[in-house]
Amino acid sequence: MKAKIILKVATRSIMRSRLRSLLTALGIIIGVAAVVVMVAIGDGAQLKVEQQIASLGSNLIIITPGASTTGGVNRGSGTFNRFTWDDVDKIKNEATLIKGVTPIVFSGGQVIGGVGNWFTRIQGVSPDYLEIRSWSLASGEFFTERDVMARSKVCVLGADVVKNLFPNEDPVGQQIRIRSVPFRVIGTLKPKGQSAQGTSNDDIILAPSRTVGDRLSGDHMRIGSIQVSAISNDKIPAVIAELRSIMRESHKLTPSEEDDFTIQDQSDLSETATATSRILTILLASVAGVSLVVGGIGIMNIMLVSVTERTREIGIRLSVGARSSDILIQFLTEAIVLSLSGGVIGVGLSFLIAYILNHYTDQSAYIKPQIIMIAFGFAGAIGIFFGFYPARKASALNPIDALRYE
Amino acid sequence: MENILIKTVDLTKTYIVGEVDVHALKSVNITIHKGEFVAIMGASGSGKSTLMNLLGCLDMPTSGDYFLDGINTSKLPQNEYANIRNQKIGFVFQGFNLLPRTTALENVELPLMYDRLEKIKDHQKQALEALKRVGLADRIHHIPSQLSGGQQQRVALARALVNEPSLILADEPTGNLDSVTSVEVFNLFQKLNEEGITIIMVTHERDFAAFAKRIIEMRDGRVIKDTIIKDRLDAEEELIRVKATAEISE
Repeated sequence: MKAKIILKVATRSIMRSRLRSLLTALGIIIGVAAVVVMVAIGDGAQLKVEQQIASLGSNLIIITPGASTTGGVNRGSGTFNRFTWDDVDKIKNEATLIKGVTPIVFSGGQVIGGVGNWFTRIQGVSPDYLEIRSWSLASGEFFTERDVMARSKVCVLGADVVKNLFPNEDPVGQQIRIRSVPFRVIGTLKPKGQSAQGTSNDDIILAPSRTVGDRLSGDHMRIGSIQVSAISNDKIPAVIAELRSIMRESHKLTPSEEDDFTIQDQSDLSETATATSRILTILLASVAGVSLVVGGIGIMNIMLVSVTERTREIGIRLSVGARSSDILIQFLTEAIVLSLSGGVIGVGLSFLIAYILNHYTDQSAYIKPQIIMIAFGFAGAIGIFFGFYPARKASALNPIDALRYE
Repeated sequence: MENILIKTVDLTKTYIVGEVDVHALKSVNITIHKGEFVAIMGASGSGKSTLMNLLGCLDMPTSGDYFLDGINTSKLPQNEYANIRNQKIGFVFQGFNLLPRTTALENVELPLMYDRLEKIKDHQKQALEALKRVGLADRIHHIPSQLSGGQQQRVALARALVNEPSLILADEPTGNLDSVTSVEVFNLFQKLNEEGITIIMVTHERDFAAFAKRIIEMRDGRVIKDTIIKDRLDAEEELIRVKATAEISE
């Protein structure tokens, strides 16, 4: 028999008892929709985390001071080996696979200017900073290498600072006082939003690294970290190796000594962040998968009833020349058509649910194309698996008995 | 010899029911030529239904040979049986056996669906022709429950005819019909027979057997009498007579 005719016969007998077919397919519809939505919620969460990490910067590598060991006693993170300007300069001059490097000199304090005063973070950075953090200016300009070396008292304001100090006027060109030191505002940053930790990225003032180091921090000057941007994603491991040898040399470590710094890229960060959500996704999807199997059992149940009910029809078909393989294929096709159309409706339903989640709730859901293919594959496989036994039973009928069946 | 359609040689069928062997058919030897119209008669349990099932390739004999159109069918595999049923035989049953909730046209198309040789290209046209032959051209989109018993049996007959078989097997075709409708159906059978189709039917009633050209009587699994009817009853004339009687009695 031609495939077209087989399909036609199958859809015709499905349409002949619409309500029953719909109820049978409902098990698959709910199962498929549940699996797809659960996985989509998991993927959505993962995507959000990835986006947050990407917002940290492009191909970002962070070097932080590690623990120093004195006579075998580990004294904890950042205890001794602070980074020096020398470390930064060495990286800048010797590293070959980097786009830029910046020290982050941490400071903070009360800022007075514009309409009032505001307490904020102050970071001393190099001109490479914007590129490393994939950030850009909203207005004005950024400071240059000359400003760094001259320890110019210029600064760039984050969006939150602008909002609080200069709500009604352009801050560029204005004077502000950071811990009583006068600074000229030369630019403002575009808003970046929340960081992965939930604090605002925009509550910040950027100034040349040496200005912050010498004029604001005084004796307590501390380079909190050195941030580097690799030229491309696949060069990150090479850059890490390169940085490590530069840093070891700069810190004059002998081969037997451990690193007194830590080098991290974003993959470490994203892996920890996504691991939990992945486990949750697998759990939820498994529960949803159970409902898909239950749907399959529903199909089997209805097909068995249908075979008994249609014994006479089978007899008629056999008497006009159907082979038992024709009967097998017919019933199997019915089961597959039922489960696949359940799959189609289920996927449609999951798109609707994902749309509602994305537009009306905080939960984000992202349906990957592969998930749809997998859901269809499963629906089809369930149709074949649970449809086979009833179809086999139908095809094993003897024409005479089937025709006599009342 | 070449116009022999059916030849059985010591055709035997034994059913095993529990511990007992039931000899439904014992060494039946019959020969039926092309163009015959045979009525098989006998009490229930005489083996006539078993014989019909074997002749229709719905069942296999326990022993003996069955030649249909010169082919020894008892040596064929199962799938060939399905092909023979599809290509050479048309069935008409007492209970009509139409697919419910399916139009007359689709019911008649059914055998064409299983035609592996695809000798007929336009299924719908062929089915329409068959329905015309049985006089139901105006009922093609009706489903069985919208048709009278006589009309349903004519749809079944159209379905039997649609693959242009050489043999029509009818198992008590008028068992569920009133006498006027029965005669109408026999009228149709006689017409088809005159067109050259061989018909074998099982019937209980001697009155209806008289429409055939030959009567085979069976008892206890054997053929006990085989008679050729010289001047058979003409259904056309009988129809006029029966209708007249029916009007009087009303």
